[in-house]
Amino acid sequence: MDRSILEGNPHLVLEGMLIGAWAIGSEQGYIYVRNEYPLAVEHARAAVEHAREFGLLGDRILGSDLCFDVEVARGGGAFVCGESTALMASLEGKVGEPRPKDVHTVEEGLWNKPTTLNNVETWANVPLIIRNGAKWFVGKGTKGSKGTKIFALTGRVKNTGLVEVAMGTPLRTIIFDIGGGPSDGVPIKAVQTGGPSGGCLPVEKFDLPLDFDTLAEAGSMVGSGGMVVMDERTCMVDVAKYFLAFLQDESCGKCVPCRIGIDRMLEIITDITEGRGRPEQLDLLQELAETVRETSLCALGKTAPNPVLSTLHYFRQGYEAHIAQARCPAGVCRALIEYVIDEEQCKGCGSCLRACPRNAISGEKKQPHVIDPNTCERCGICVSECQFGAIVLK
Amino acid sequence: MAEKVSLTIDDIIVAVPEGSTILEAALRAGIEIPHLCYKPELGLSPTSSCRLCLVEVKGARGLVASCSHPAADGMIVRTDTDELRQHRRMVIDLLLSDHPHDCLTCEKSGACDLETYAYQLGVKESEFAGELVRVDPIQDGPAIIYDQTKCILCGRCVEICHNVQVAGAVDFLGRGFDTRVGLPPALPRTESVCAECGNCLDVCPTGALSYAGAQGQGREWEFERVTTICPYCGCGCPLDMHLRDGRLVKVTGAPGAGPTRGLLCVKGRFGFDFLGHPDRLTEPLVRRDGALMPATWEEALGLVARRLGEIKQRSGAHAIAGLASAKCTNEENYLMQKFMRAVIGTNNVDHCARLCHASTVAGLARAFGSGAMTNSIDDLGEAEAIFVIGSNTTECHPVIGAVIKRAVRGGKTRLIVADPRAIELTEYADLHLQQKPGTDVALINALAHVILEEGLEDEQFIGERTEGFEELRLAVEPYTPEFAEKITGVPAPNLAEAARIYARAGGAAIVYSMGITQHTTGTDNVLALANLAMLTGNIGRPGTGVNPLRGQNNVQGACDMGALPDVYSGYQKVADGHVRSKFEHAWGVSLPDSTGLTVVEMMEAAAGGKLKAIYIMGENPMLSDPDISHVEEALRGLDFLVVQDIFLTETAQLADVVLPAAAFAEKNGCFTNTERRVQRVRKGLEPPGDARADWNITCELAGRMGYVMSYADVAAVHEEIAETTPIYSGITYDRLETQSLQWPCSDAEHPGTAILHKDRFTRGLGKFHPVTFIPPKELPDDDYPFLLSTGRILEHFHTGTMSRHSEVLGRLVSVGAIEINPTDAHRLGIADGDPVKVTSRRGRIEIAARVTERVTPGTVFLAFHFREAPANRLTIAALDPVAKIPEFKVCAVKVEPAR
Repeated sequence: MDRSILEGNPHLVLEGMLIGAWAIGSEQGYIYVRNEYPLAVEHARAAVEHAREFGLLGDRILGSDLCFDVEVARGGGAFVCGESTALMASLEGKVGEPRPKDVHTVEEGLWNKPTTLNNVETWANVPLIIRNGAKWFVGKGTKGSKGTKIFALTGRVKNTGLVEVAMGTPLRTIIFDIGGGPSDGVPIKAVQTGGPSGGCLPVEKFDLPLDFDTLAEAGSMVGSGGMVVMDERTCMVDVAKYFLAFLQDESCGKCVPCRIGIDRMLEIITDITEGRGRPEQLDLLQELAETVRETSLCALGKTAPNPVLSTLHYFRQGYEAHIAQARCPAGVCRALIEYVIDEEQCKGCGSCLRACPRNAISGEKKQPHVIDPNTCERCGICVSECQFGAIVLK
Repeated sequence: MAEKVSLTIDDIIVAVPEGSTILEAALRAGIEIPHLCYKPELGLSPTSSCRLCLVEVKGARGLVASCSHPAADGMIVRTDTDELRQHRRMVIDLLLSDHPHDCLTCEKSGACDLETYAYQLGVKESEFAGELVRVDPIQDGPAIIYDQTKCILCGRCVEICHNVQVAGAVDFLGRGFDTRVGLPPALPRTESVCAECGNCLDVCPTGALSYAGAQGQGREWEFERVTTICPYCGCGCPLDMHLRDGRLVKVTGAPGAGPTRGLLCVKGRFGFDFLGHPDRLTEPLVRRDGALMPATWEEALGLVARRLGEIKQRSGAHAIAGLASAKCTNEENYLMQKFMRAVIGTNNVDHCARLCHASTVAGLARAFGSGAMTNSIDDLGEAEAIFVIGSNTTECHPVIGAVIKRAVRGGKTRLIVADPRAIELTEYADLHLQQKPGTDVALINALAHVILEEGLEDEQFIGERTEGFEELRLAVEPYTPEFAEKITGVPAPNLAEAARIYARAGGAAIVYSMGITQHTTGTDNVLALANLAMLTGNIGRPGTGVNPLRGQNNVQGACDMGALPDVYSGYQKVADGHVRSKFEHAWGVSLPDSTGLTVVEMMEAAAGGKLKAIYIMGENPMLSDPDISHVEEALRGLDFLVVQDIFLTETAQLADVVLPAAAFAEKNGCFTNTERRVQRVRKGLEPPGDARADWNITCELAGRMGYVMSYADVAAVHEEIAETTPIYSGITYDRLETQSLQWPCSDAEHPGTAILHKDRFTRGLGKFHPVTFIPPKELPDDDYPFLLSTGRILEHFHTGTMSRHSEVLGRLVSVGAIEINPTDAHRLGIADGDPVKVTSRRGRIEIAARVTERVTPGTVFLAFHFREAPANRLTIAALDPVAKIPEFKVCAVKVEPAR
């Protein structure tokens, strides 16, 4: 959403920043944007150039006393640089690592000067609020979360894309009314909100209003506005593993709980998805996740356990099935599943045999085929190739 | 005093100055909070990365890192709840999950913080499978080993390297779980800025960083720890000797103690192999048939007493001279001068201070009345401007160099460096004034000129506290920046700018060393600096002063003790009848009234046949004095030479009797550092073989010559010093047991003096001395076209008696080299590392060339530590007329390829 705003209407952001500069008396602004979003970088830079040409940035703007300029700084692909102090360190040319916020950045931020940091969407709201008045803005949303929010709706729904809704809109409205419900007719199981370190909420929670406090209470967050819808074919343990792997890779490594804690959580979950899980590991995982949440230095570490804690809370049976029965109920965790060919259904057409990348399938033409479980690596290609629904999970 | 805040920690109410952290407040309340990344003793800022020190603060959102969070009024803190213990156990568990469990064989066992906390929190083994990093330990220098498997990435080493030592050599490499610590990976070790100071070793909480030389040599509980003072330069760093089975295994900084707070340099940490070296002197030697042969103490001392007695009888007391030692203790120096004066009956006693700071003593005594560093080391951090002239501080006084770098890094201090070479400090300087060697008076006078020209002087200070201003004003009038530029080569605008920075600062400190003193105009140079300080009122306040950095561990003490030909202890003049009769009374003999000979004059007198015998305690003039061919001739011409030392030095090899002495670690006593701080030296080892402490030898010798010097121990000697020496009279061994004291210290309650000349100068009014520029004695000409300067390098010390016996120092720098500018080198066809012949009117050496832009074209630089190529074979024995210090910094040489 932030990317789209910068790509689509960067002047809205600049205008917001100008108003902010005028309000607090700042003379220098920065737009910190990931270099992986080249169009956003290009458009932000072009907008700054145009604004300068029109005398809307620079010295004595429109003949007033306001002097303000904006520099576009590119991030080098570190997720942690979304954290305020890490972002400022990165802007200063230092290693992008967070520091303790005993002194807030509004007192001592960039170059040890008072700094206000807001994300793109917030700045983009500012001109509209100034133009339409605060009443207009707070007329939408809830008591604690005013106005609207853009979400990036994706996953197993019919309609995906950017969705702007009033704060407090129920999840169900977004997923079923706007999103159009499940994409493949498979019942929806959960929604993951807030980006990689958000949490997963089950269908039973879909009537919750979408606002900052409610989501946090439920174990997730509004965060970056990401919203991934998952259906019954999704293994929640695998989802937790996926996000942990991302976060482990993105931890800057400065503080112990985040650097080692995420790694150890990932290890335990990997054990579980590969059939080595032990019942007592679930309590250990819970304890560890809580310590990482409570003791990490910055928001990355503090929220990194969300995928684990929320799935442990709402989808514990899934974990238990992996451990107690060595079974992945959703049929996702490769180490725990086995594909077999139903002799009754198989027509011996050979399409699965030709598609198998490991040559694990054998059989004569027009005779039922068989899968060698020792060679099969559970990629599932054969399942999608088979027109007769003959290949099933054992 | 900052305002106090009051808070409640675990039900204890504690008040702390505003700005204190919760952890500091807890410590004050006697509450320990576990921490791994924080290490305040050495000045490390908190990084809040280990997360062990988290506490609960009522009303706070989440847990709070007590190491960095400021204590606030009315705060209610809990440091030890069940929840916190659970989190701390988990953090330790996580650290142990990828840490090798080889505590049984780990060097750090017993001193490991991780081990301690695992024990305290009851974390027996990790609950996690854990992924062990498997890499071999790295040793990329001679001393430090890094074992990544044991590194918990607390960042203390990075913090001390960047922000305390201000070297910036090591940093985190990589990120996330793969983070490690190291030197820049693409550069060879020799290209890195790591000076191997090893301060990172002292802060590492685990066995990740360790000293190669101590591997397998014992662990914490096997060591006896003795705190003493470093025997190298004048910084006076307290250090802890780790001793086992009568051997020094390793040295660590003594945290929080003394002027340097536990920091050490490469010499003070790794330069101690000399102590147990097989070449140490272990028995007296007596020359028989031309060769030095082992003898008993009885024979050796008997021979010395008899021969000195005979010479005194035959040629008079003044035919004998003694050299005391800046390496020996205060007590030993006191007894040595007493021996020469009371037993022999001559004031012919001097020591190597003559070669380093005689001009300081002479100059500052004239201007201020007291010839010592006016302010303190710590004090430099408070200066708004620091003017370093003629001091390569980071190499010669490394720990003080770090203080200056820290001050500059702090952003409040501006630095001006005046040095003919582009030394390390110039990288930190606002201005580098690269003057031609020997032109300091012109440079300093020009600064004074600009200050007066632009009205930047402190009229009130000049009016109330000084005399002789008018003479000064007239003297500096001709020294316009343009005129000075012609002499010094420093662009006029830079001179003016330096004057403004210095004069406009709220407090400006002058730091200088041998670049100022070792000139025929050494005393003038010092006087010019004193003028500058008085002109701007930069005396007697924090962050100001005229601060000579003394070169040897106890050169200040040796001077204080009267190991000088014109004064008794405490700078009491021998020419003063009152003083003399006081000492005659105290010592029970009549004393000579004529001033004695200085070091270089002794060599002259020996060569001229007037001096018949010299008794040398712990000095090596055969390498340290100028024009050593001449020194050798002088010493060989003596009737009798006694040398008392720890090795058979170049000088000892010429002796008739060699007496084996104890080194610093083998005796008790006191050293006085460059900032006048008297500190206790403690015995940790027995001297090798039959070697004895110098003070014992002197006493024994006195007895044999008919004068009883009987002291129960060094404390008794010190009592006599306190009785006879007003500036030391409040300093006692009892007090020194728990603290160090800066003289003057007049009585048992006196806290010592951090800043001299506060309300009045020692001499009453400060006196301006007009000085004018006089060129050095010997400048380059067609025959000898290069200007040679000499000095020290970081890794070695003086004549190498100690440093060149160290394996680590030897591996860092094994041979000397002459620094020469690339332009000159190219013209002469000399490549880096090529052997060259260096010739002066007095001698010739052969040495490797180091082609570097540190020196300007036309100048070359040599360190004087290397006996293989002694710089002092080339130097000139031209003396400052007042202080008699030789001009080590300027002589003319020629340089030719030696192949």
